[in-house]
Amino acid sequence: MAVVHHNRLDDSGIVMSEATAGDFFALLKPRVMSLVVFTAFVGLAATPVAVNPLIAIIAILSIAVGAGASGALNMWYDADIDRVMSRTASRPIPAGRVQPGEALTFGLVLSALSVLTLGVLVNWPAAAMLAFTIFFYVVVYTMWLKRATPQNIVIGGAAGAFPPMIGWAAATGTISLESVILFLIIFLWTPPHFWALALFKSEDYGRAGIPMMPNVAGHASTKRQIFAYALLVAPVGVLPWVLGYTSAAYGIVALALGVGFVWYAWKVLAMPAGDARMRPAKALFAYSLLYLFGIFAAYLADSLVARWMVLAGA
Amino acid sequence: MVTLTDSQKKARRSRSIAIALALAAFVVVVYFGSIAKFAPALFDRAM
Repeated sequence: MAVVHHNRLDDSGIVMSEATAGDFFALLKPRVMSLVVFTAFVGLAATPVAVNPLIAIIAILSIAVGAGASGALNMWYDADIDRVMSRTASRPIPAGRVQPGEALTFGLVLSALSVLTLGVLVNWPAAAMLAFTIFFYVVVYTMWLKRATPQNIVIGGAAGAFPPMIGWAAATGTISLESVILFLIIFLWTPPHFWALALFKSEDYGRAGIPMMPNVAGHASTKRQIFAYALLVAPVGVLPWVLGYTSAAYGIVALALGVGFVWYAWKVLAMPAGDARMRPAKALFAYSLLYLFGIFAAYLADSLVARWMVLAGA
Repeated sequence: MVTLTDSQKKARRSRSIAIALALAAFVVVVYFGSIAKFAPALFDRAM
């Protein structure tokens, strides 16, 4: 584990950090942020409303910075458990490159700036939703649920599901059934995605004392719950077509992706109890990322084609 | 007077450049965003 050596400037106790810009960027959880940017963009672009492109860019940028800020606040609060988990031990705070106070200030300032920018330059309903999302992720999930209940990522998953609704609200100023369905897809996708990870990282979570489902209810129960959620998310993914919001092309893609999700979840369910390599769980984790990307990409493509056809016909 | 180590100087320079770029980007966003959002209203007044 890397340790940072600080040089005191004088007796006042001021220290010079060795944190680079890259360390602060890492606090924003760029991989999570990329998923947030993508789903928020789909939510914004799929609306039937024409948005000024510059305002759309500012909306996505604000949502991305807000998501990053909540990631920084999460890393500030979770530095103690990140230190003992192999997956997170090299993060900037446990590695000693960024001081906790720096991360807290960074997260709070970016949270305020992102919400205010979204409110002033785009609209206040979207800004209010972004503020609520940051609050939900940092306070409800990170500070409360994560260490208290195995349902942590079920309820906390809502924070990751809000971005397409915020994108939709940025364009329209409202919430609609379409955006709620996009929310539901991510909300129901989150438990099987994280529980697949928790299955093959259960020792890590156990060492950190986090009550993830495999550590609390056992692997057999977790596998059954993964399969149950897969059975839920697959039909919800097809719902936009069933309700007439998209074409059959989207419906076929969503159906195929959903069948794949259930198939991979079934392989996890059938995984032997003594399987130490847990390849089905790793495969489901990888496929779940592909599923989410695929279903949102299909939704976006369908919306853009529908808009183009309207324009071409006009 | 304390002399900074090379790695501290390098890290500070990296942070300074990032702060400069972020602030410049924020100015651009607010300036052009304000025009895009409020420009029609700016000219909607009695002459």
